[in-house]
Amino acid sequence: MKRPIIDLWVGFFVALGIGALVFLALKVGNLASANMSETYVVSARFDNIGGLKVRAPVKSAGVVVGRVTAIGFDQDSYEAVVSMTIDGRYRFPRDTIASILTSGLLGEQYVGFDVGGEPEFLKGGDVIKITQSAVVLEKLIGQFLFNKAAEGPVQEGQGQNNK
Amino acid sequence: MLEGIAAVLRAMGGWVDDRITRLGVASRFFVLVLLHSGTSFRRLFLTIREIYFVGVLSLVIILVSGVFVGMVLGLQGYDTLQRYGSSEALGVLVALSLVRELGPVVAGLLFASRAGSAVTAEIGLMKATEQLDAMEMMAVNPVARVVAPRFWAGVISMPLLAALFSACGILGGYFVGVHLIGVDEGSFWSQMQAAVDFREDIVNGVIKSAVFGALVSLIAVFEGYDCVPTAEGVSAATTRTVVTSSLVILAADFILTAFMFRGA
Amino acid sequence: MITERPVAPRRRLAADVRRSSMLPFAFPGPLEGCRVSGGYLVEIEDVSFAYDNRPVLTGINMKIPRGRVVAIMGGSGCGKTTTLRLIGGKLRPQRGVVRVGGQVVHELDSGALYQLRRRMGMLFQFGALFTDMSVFDNVAFQMREHTDLSEELIRDLVLMKLNAVGLRGAQDLMPSELSGGMARRVALARAIALDPMLMMYDEPFAGLDPISLGVVGKLIRRLNDALGASSIVVTHDIQESLLIVDYIYFVSEGRIVAEGTPADIRASTDPWVHQFVWAEADGPVPFHYPAGPYGRDVLEAAGA
Repeated sequence: MKRPIIDLWVGFFVALGIGALVFLALKVGNLASANMSETYVVSARFDNIGGLKVRAPVKSAGVVVGRVTAIGFDQDSYEAVVSMTIDGRYRFPRDTIASILTSGLLGEQYVGFDVGGEPEFLKGGDVIKITQSAVVLEKLIGQFLFNKAAEGPVQEGQGQNNK
Repeated sequence: MLEGIAAVLRAMGGWVDDRITRLGVASRFFVLVLLHSGTSFRRLFLTIREIYFVGVLSLVIILVSGVFVGMVLGLQGYDTLQRYGSSEALGVLVALSLVRELGPVVAGLLFASRAGSAVTAEIGLMKATEQLDAMEMMAVNPVARVVAPRFWAGVISMPLLAALFSACGILGGYFVGVHLIGVDEGSFWSQMQAAVDFREDIVNGVIKSAVFGALVSLIAVFEGYDCVPTAEGVSAATTRTVVTSSLVILAADFILTAFMFRGA
Repeated sequence: MITERPVAPRRRLAADVRRSSMLPFAFPGPLEGCRVSGGYLVEIEDVSFAYDNRPVLTGINMKIPRGRVVAIMGGSGCGKTTTLRLIGGKLRPQRGVVRVGGQVVHELDSGALYQLRRRMGMLFQFGALFTDMSVFDNVAFQMREHTDLSEELIRDLVLMKLNAVGLRGAQDLMPSELSGGMARRVALARAIALDPMLMMYDEPFAGLDPISLGVVGKLIRRLNDALGASSIVVTHDIQESLLIVDYIYFVSEGRIVAEGTPADIRASTDPWVHQFVWAEADGPVPFHYPAGPYGRDVLEAAGA
């Protein structure tokens, strides 16, 4: 086997392999969308974050605008502190509400932004004041059964406790 | 009676002793290969030639197996997912299982039996026919000239082969899921992209395959270099390469997975 | 398809063969820096060697003069090949010293040992050609590894070496396409690629037909004289050796049992040498491997 032929084949092989890697990165993975050039970090406090994980998406109106970067626990207030990196292209009013939502009935949990009306925008390092915790399904069902047993026939007023 | 138990214990002890000694010899050999790796890169053609033998010649088996594994995943995955009404998650299932596990592991197993055995047999035969001795007498270090290029060729080829395996598998799963079964094309890709993370899944998969490549190549060159220089010795060493590499890949996969995906 | 080149009928070693200048050009260098320790290129003093606890050599003394061809002979497994490995630095003696060109081989570090090996050529028993390279590349191997010569110059040198062994026409063949005798000659061309000062031949005649055997034997002598090198031939082919070598050592059970020039050996009355030279089945070297009385073995087997 002559050297130029081997060189050609190996070049072909390496190009093919790198092509496969690029395919995996761009078409299969989320490298293209996860590439946020300019970002800022905001945090929010929740009573309960349910099953939220680091790297979960932050969505507003269903569009991914950022990612959860860290989850901590505040020893003084016994609250969960969630830090989020937000895409620098998007700005949100200061009275934006952060809630922990679930995609589908049993899907992954994510942070949803409900936009408020204040003229000032959130800056890096700001803390979102108004938050809504995760819906814990067991609690909800327990509460529902308890109320039903206590009140007998129920017409309305249910499900407003948490969400 | 007591004599019998003692004999069994002695045999076990001897076996363990043997294994550990061999592991030690292999580790020293590994260091030796690293120390003599300069030639593999200074004279790149030595390595390129070996990439041809271990990489290019493994292409067909890797591509074909990848497509079929992906197609089977598509069929089986759809069957299971549609019971829970989430058949559009098929893309996620196919992609994650391939990128995280099946790509590196199955490509590694195929690589061990296709390329690893060939490398062992080649080096073993060179030893049996005194070619390595001759090289040494010609003042050329066989570890630098013969062993190291083959080792590095394996380390370089394996991640590329695993990536090709995964990519072909995903295309195979796409073909079965979208074109044959009729899963929605948009949700197939978008759900996949939402769930597969570049760093967590793809980069970790590449790291895994590089580690497997290094392990298989090291076992292959070591078994070849260390074999008994006879026909039976070479064939035994070739068998050992395939068996040991396969077991080592599976064990290493468990350890790497435990470390990499602990958080998720 | 592949045939041995026909050669002239064998004849007794003649002076004109010895001095025929086959290599019009020699590398500078290999002999420089080695002009020590008198007229001897290799000196083996009181060397003992054992594999694990199995002694192979016990107290061997040998001297290989410059420019001469010396044969080491003996039955199979008597330690001849071990001697070559000691000289090449592949093995370390447990006792005694091996000196090549004045340097004690086993005291050299690996760099110096490799430097020394560049000036040694070795012909292995079955050639040990690199099976993944053509004949040309095999001969060019050392030049490409150790020199910065241009590809044109290497080509000229390789063709010259191949011509010296009569196989210039086989340059594009692969080793698997060669007959045993041709492979041996290619290996010989490869061994002399860098014009070594010391040539070692491990069983160069094993498994060759009489014609190839004569060709290889003659080549060993002619190349040695053309290169001005010294040669050690390990063999058990006494008839061929008597024709081409200057001095013979007989080794048996790890000891030198006889030595002398071919003339001495032919005239020797030593029973051991006599048995070897005339290939008698029984003598000082017994036909039977040591065993108990035959009758007892047979009876025990029958009783079992």
